[in-house]
Amino acid sequence: MKLLVCIKQVPDMESRFKPDASGTWYADTDLAFRMNEYDEYAVEQAVRLKEQLGDAPEVVALSIGPDRVVEPIKKALAMGCDRAVHIQDPAVQLKDPWQIASIIAAYARNQGFDLIFTGMQSQDRGSAQVGVMVAEQLGLPCATTLVGLTFDNGTVIARRELEGGVKGIVRMKSPALVTCQLGLNIPRYPTLPNIMKAKKKEIATVGVNELQSSEARSIPVSFHAPAKKGGGLVLEGDVNELADKVIGILKEKTAVLR
Amino acid sequence: MKTLLIGEYREGKLLNSTYELAGCAGELGDTAAMFLVGDEQELPAFDGMLYLASAAACGEYNPEVHKQLIIETVEKENPDIVVFLHSSYGWDLAPRVAAGLGAAQISEVVAVQDGGFEVTCCNGKMRRSIKSATQRTVITIQAGAFQGVQAGTPQVVTVAAQVKNVMEFDGYEPAEEKGVDLAKAEVIVSAGRGIGKKDNVPVIAALAKALGGELGASRPVVDAEWVAHDHQVGTTGQTVAPKLYVACGISGAIQHLAGMKKSDFVVAINKDKDAPIGEVADVLVVADVMQFVPALTAKLQK
Repeated sequence: MKLLVCIKQVPDMESRFKPDASGTWYADTDLAFRMNEYDEYAVEQAVRLKEQLGDAPEVVALSIGPDRVVEPIKKALAMGCDRAVHIQDPAVQLKDPWQIASIIAAYARNQGFDLIFTGMQSQDRGSAQVGVMVAEQLGLPCATTLVGLTFDNGTVIARRELEGGVKGIVRMKSPALVTCQLGLNIPRYPTLPNIMKAKKKEIATVGVNELQSSEARSIPVSFHAPAKKGGGLVLEGDVNELADKVIGILKEKTAVLR
Repeated sequence: MKTLLIGEYREGKLLNSTYELAGCAGELGDTAAMFLVGDEQELPAFDGMLYLASAAACGEYNPEVHKQLIIETVEKENPDIVVFLHSSYGWDLAPRVAAGLGAAQISEVVAVQDGGFEVTCCNGKMRRSIKSATQRTVITIQAGAFQGVQAGTPQVVTVAAQVKNVMEFDGYEPAEEKGVDLAKAEVIVSAGRGIGKKDNVPVIAALAKALGGELGASRPVVDAEWVAHDHQVGTTGQTVAPKLYVACGISGAIQHLAGMKKSDFVVAINKDKDAPIGEVADVLVVADVMQFVPALTAKLQK
């Protein structure tokens, strides 16, 4: 049995984002990068499934991007993935979700993956398209936004998160693809022995040009901050003075302190 | 621009968010038709053609069948843009339809522009403008970004599917019972991931008590099991509108904002001046939440 987990490296979302030279995406200088949060749930779930099935499945982690994406790949290996593939693409940010999905599908096709895990979206682009489009290109059934997963004898039972806290229960046969949501699990921290062990695991590299790619279907025009809707007062300074100011404002503007 | 709107129906009811699609279509101009897997007893107030498939026959969640029906409807109606909500139904189905049509998909649109779409990115902090490079375009619109429009009576065309299921839908699991009814609270003080750790939750709860309010929480804090689910504010938790909402260390993901933006007065405490919570805050205190909150609580207790 073989499992594939697709991971993306994204900037820390507390960063200040500035447009790059093209003006259509953020400049990647002065940013701290990490594994996309939703992909951490995907890695954790794949590793848990491996453990549940007595370590039998092989778990492969895949990431597309420049050299720096080796960092989240190493983290995935330290969390328990068996080996990894780094699809080298220094210009990955210029590709649209359909193209990214095409690259993953080209890699995964005919490799016999029983289950493919992705995050439900990336924190930076947030299209929520790539996972589903990989499934479409590979002709696999796919369930999105999972907060629960059980796998039994080739049947996947997925708990999908819907609005208002309601869950939808979906059943499908593997091979299949699932996209993982916050709440599916609490990802483990890699332990030092596992970080050491991960150093010996294989990271294969593949040039993106070796995998067929399709034409972009959408074209980015600009990257910018949202227009300020105005109004809000921004307070900075010493916390004690700030507390006094806030109490003054609450007395003046709300009825809760009267 | 001719649009095809994909309405939503769940647990036997037309979802109100369907009307936001009509609001978006109004901004795109020209004519709109709607597609819905629903029931003839629950027709939307919509002035145009409605391609209606029976939820009883097709299943409320059955992406392979819904996709096929939408593609057949696109062939009949020939729209330029197919509009979904960016919801658990829309983000699941839209990429399948886009793939089937060979069309671009543009996700979580917050505004339409001349020849392009404004979308949100970087956890709601930034925006992008994106253009389609294909003849047809599939978009998903952010919940609440477009005003709902309810008007008229549809002309109904019944459609049915000839596709085999590849997935089985086993029904719904209800939301957890609410132990705390946040909707009735006049003051809510909510904890977000910025509080750092579970041990800090009592500090936030103490401020809630000092203000005579209830403790709320953002999604990540509930998922990390720092605070029980019945305190969760947002799309998948409770929707609230208190007189005062204090957001402590909450960056302001759209799912959270949707649950609290109708509050009368919002105070946000965040060390990131650009956090999206600033968009809905009347007062944004730029400070370390674990330094500011105890200082505020101490002064209120005096």
